[in-house]
Amino acid sequence: MARGPLLSTLAEMMEWGLPGPVPSRRRALALRVAAILAFLALWSLASGAVVVFKLFNPIFLAGPWLVIGKIVQLAVNGQLWGHVAATLGRVAIGFSTGALAALALGLPAGYFRRVRNLVEPVVEILRPIPPLAMLPLFIVWVGIGEGSKIGFITYATFFPMFLTTVHAVQQVDPLLVRAAASLGARPRQLFFRVILPAALPEILTGVRLAVALAFFVIVISEFIGAEEGLGYLINDGRNFFLVPQMLGAAVLLGVLGYAASALVAVFERRLLRGERMR
Amino acid sequence: MNPAGAFKIRIDGVGRSFGHDGRAAPALVDIRLDVPAGELLCLLGPSGCGKSTLLNIIAGFIPPTEGRVLVDGQPVRGPGADRGVVFQEYVLFPWLTVAENVEFGPLLKGTPAAERRRLIARYLDMVGLTPHADKFPVQLSGGMKQRVAIARALANHPSIVLMDEPFGALDAQTREVMQEELSRIQRLEPKTIVFVTHSIREAVYLGDRVVVMTSAPGRIKDVFTIKLPEVRDRFAPEFTRYESEITRVLKEEVAKVRE
Repeated sequence: MARGPLLSTLAEMMEWGLPGPVPSRRRALALRVAAILAFLALWSLASGAVVVFKLFNPIFLAGPWLVIGKIVQLAVNGQLWGHVAATLGRVAIGFSTGALAALALGLPAGYFRRVRNLVEPVVEILRPIPPLAMLPLFIVWVGIGEGSKIGFITYATFFPMFLTTVHAVQQVDPLLVRAAASLGARPRQLFFRVILPAALPEILTGVRLAVALAFFVIVISEFIGAEEGLGYLINDGRNFFLVPQMLGAAVLLGVLGYAASALVAVFERRLLRGERMR
Repeated sequence: MNPAGAFKIRIDGVGRSFGHDGRAAPALVDIRLDVPAGELLCLLGPSGCGKSTLLNIIAGFIPPTEGRVLVDGQPVRGPGADRGVVFQEYVLFPWLTVAENVEFGPLLKGTPAAERRRLIARYLDMVGLTPHADKFPVQLSGGMKQRVAIARALANHPSIVLMDEPFGALDAQTREVMQEELSRIQRLEPKTIVFVTHSIREAVYLGDRVVVMTSAPGRIKDVFTIKLPEVRDRFAPEFTRYESEITRVLKEEVAKVRE
């Protein structure tokens, strides 16, 4: 059967639903690798065209091989690891404190209406303010060092985690609670053995959003007063016109962010064994 | 007269209205019923007659607005492990395997692991699901899920089992198989069972007594004592006689709803 690799035909959609038939693992992987190679090819082509047609100074758009070469060079001479470690460390600490704070407030806020009424208005007013607007304030309050950077990530990751946690707890099927209560569950057991596992899938969605946001905001906080980190590398590259370094750091951020969300996905598959299995 | 303690369940003038005071709509009015230990009592009625509400009140999920329910002479104040519940929607814990669902109640009580394994083995065998012990609920059919739910309720050793249209979502064949299973289990390990259904056949097949309720607000219209052998034949003339008699009584109620 001829099968379009990218788009499902109408007949396939009717048989399999909108996403079409599930391709084999190998086929899916091949498509993904091909897409990345195609992107690299397009990028090379664009930077090559700049050189050939003398469109502008080729220093502005370094080709992918130059960028990858720069990454390799920084890795080999050892400079890279400190920067990667600094960024990952800030993300890890900032995200965990933000997530823990969100769980500590969000779980009771979802469970007890009184807590929700106390906490939610404040969160709802703070939430629409873009976290970036708060960065200068953080620097004024905490200073320019690690504290403000980590605190900033903590602040930014708190909101998506809090909102999904509250919602997740509120959405727990009351029949599950009834079932557990008629099996003799006391309030504490109800919370840990029913509410928490039942809310977990949505809480993990919050984790995924928060991790993505953490990578989003770390770079910007590293633009200001940092001596290490991938954001610093980008800003440093700008000062000295090192475009391959800027692009290299950006590519690395993309790869790290992707790896982090893949890690969350692995975690999800382990924790949600019952719900995802068919 | 029997003292209150002589009955397993005494439903003592129970009424329930929904909505806010002033314009509260009564769903149940003055229900009086005594259920002796070991009886399988069917609550039968047109939809919206409040039979599930009555079951939820016995389970302790919702309080009555009038009267009270006594279990072993003690007023019901909330849900408890003495009253197992089987829901129409199965309500298994999706993050637990079949075996883990079955041991959920005993685990809460702190039953030791060896004893829990014995309970799992015994009750999964009773409902014929031993080979599926390690599966998750999403991997099971509706009939299998309901067997797990029954095993989960029984493994907790309640003295009462409350069943809210447990076979209502199953196809006709599975439904009859499940009725036969329940009747077999009830002979094996008798419990006091209150069974809500809107199927007359199901009520006559399973019930020691069948309580027919009126349409909203729910009252008790009639109580039939089913004097049939323990193992029932759906095609026996006496069976059909009960069926048609109850159908006649119930039809008046359904007709009333139409008016």
